[in-house]
Amino acid sequence: MVGLEHYLAVAATLFVIGIFGLFLNRKNVIILLMSIELMLLSVNINLVAFSSFLGDLTGQIFTMFVLTVAAAEAAIGLAILVCFFRNRGTIAVEDVNNMKG
Amino acid sequence: MTVADLSVILPEIVLCCYAMVALLVAAYTGKDETAPLLVWTTTGIFFLTAIWIGLGPSGGTHVVQEGLFIDDGFARFAKVAILLSAAAVLLMGEGYMARRDLLRFEYPLLVTLAVVGMMVMVSAGNLMSLYMGLELQSLSLYVVAALRRDSVRSTEAGLKYFVLGALSSGLLLYGASLTYGFAGTTDFAGIVTVATEGHVPLGLLFGLVFLVSGLAFKVSAAPFHMWTPDVYEGSPTPVTAFFATAPKMAAMALFARLVHGAFGGVVGDWQQVLALLSVISMFLGSIAAIGQTNIKRLMAYSSITHMGYALMGLAAGTAFGVQAMLVYMAIYVTMNVGTFAFILSMGRDGQPVTDISSLNNYANREPMKALAMLVLLFSLAGVPPLVGFFGKYYVLRAAYDGGLAWLAVAGVIASVIGAFYYLRIVYYLYFGQEKEVLDHDTSPVLGVMLVVSAAAMVVGVVNLFGVDTMAAAAAAALVP
Repeated sequence: MVGLEHYLAVAATLFVIGIFGLFLNRKNVIILLMSIELMLLSVNINLVAFSSFLGDLTGQIFTMFVLTVAAAEAAIGLAILVCFFRNRGTIAVEDVNNMKG
Repeated sequence: MTVADLSVILPEIVLCCYAMVALLVAAYTGKDETAPLLVWTTTGIFFLTAIWIGLGPSGGTHVVQEGLFIDDGFARFAKVAILLSAAAVLLMGEGYMARRDLLRFEYPLLVTLAVVGMMVMVSAGNLMSLYMGLELQSLSLYVVAALRRDSVRSTEAGLKYFVLGALSSGLLLYGASLTYGFAGTTDFAGIVTVATEGHVPLGLLFGLVFLVSGLAFKVSAAPFHMWTPDVYEGSPTPVTAFFATAPKMAAMALFARLVHGAFGGVVGDWQQVLALLSVISMFLGSIAAIGQTNIKRLMAYSSITHMGYALMGLAAGTAFGVQAMLVYMAIYVTMNVGTFAFILSMGRDGQPVTDISSLNNYANREPMKALAMLVLLFSLAGVPPLVGFFGKYYVLRAAYDGGLAWLAVAGVIASVIGAFYYLRIVYYLYFGQEKEVLDHDTSPVLGVMLVVSAAAMVVGVVNLFGVDTMAAAAAAALVP
């Protein structure tokens, strides 16, 4: 029987993979965008699982909002990335280093 | 949704409609030629909305849209501060951006949308409206940071801000999902009935910690501060000025709204976390700022320190603590408007200069502006008897009264360390070896902003312009 805790475990695993993808990735900014998306989608699994468990629709409504915002966020991230690529000629993470820090 | 509901959120609706109509008009007519006009209109509308909210008839607390949106004294205080500082910063940046061919019509409109997001944030009564307001603000700010499309630095600032901002949104959202699951509701009023002293579900505590760390990113509190110096340095200076004022006020107000509104029953659980964030921010900001040569980077570390102090007020966990935080933020925003008016006026041969050593012996040529800057820097450092000192005094007293005497002592030590780098700029201004001379800036707007802000730091000593009583009323609306 697949219960609430299984869904929560999958969501937590995906979330952690997303965070590790952000911090350990040294190659490509696109992978950062994918990691961010993974984090947001893991939250959606959480919300829908809780919603079904509690028998309460709020979580699914929240999921709709998160999906919409995630789409807008990806669009803006890609737009900024294209501008950066035009100026810098590369999207490798280690080249995002014009300022120290 | 009734007419009464709509009338409460009317200011936000008006600003939204303005942004959309202005976007259409600008896109169909002159594009960037309409930008100066749009800046002035937006400033005017911000100013009028601030008056409308501040002096309007709507007293008391209105909870509308099924608890999604709360309009109370606390929200109104924060909204007026946000709108006024955004108006001031827009006005200051206009000349700078026009000279450098940066004045695109999107800029005032993106700022408007960010301001709407902030207004929703400070009025949020539900995790959903909190998230939507925060994202509306953040998404607009990512674009504004990368406004100078042809500069590597500006786009890099935008990219860094975007990646770390999205990470913080993810953390916040994960916290929101856990909170929803273990409290069974996303409504603050519902969460507060579940989260009572003694028997808090463990999952709810995890949710609280994720929510707090997500918000700590947004207020740039250490150890979640790493984006701040790069974004401040890379963004165009008017945008940096905006980042340092209104969004900080909104994020701190949202922080207060969340911890008191939704987790007011478990003060002990978040108090220690906030105290820790506060202490790390104060010390890291003060110490890291010492080695900086770029004044925008220095202001970034300065903002980290100041956020540490504001969090100290919040960590006290009392109504007086919230009052102290609001007073501190109002003073901080005023000081920053003046300081950035000065930074915006720094230039040589039409190019912006941000090197601190370029200020050497500035006082010889422009004694008035140097004096105003001296007052502001002393006030930022918290030297009595200037207004900045009273802000620090309020938060220190709140921390002491709240039983966090060690935090207050740490705050005093950090402010002594922090005074060093402000005084170093004063030293450059008055005694530095003159090398290359900065241009004489004739912009009346910047001069007026600088002088008014500095004068407020001196005159405000009398009664703080009544801000402390207004903040007390605002805090009473949030913390019963």
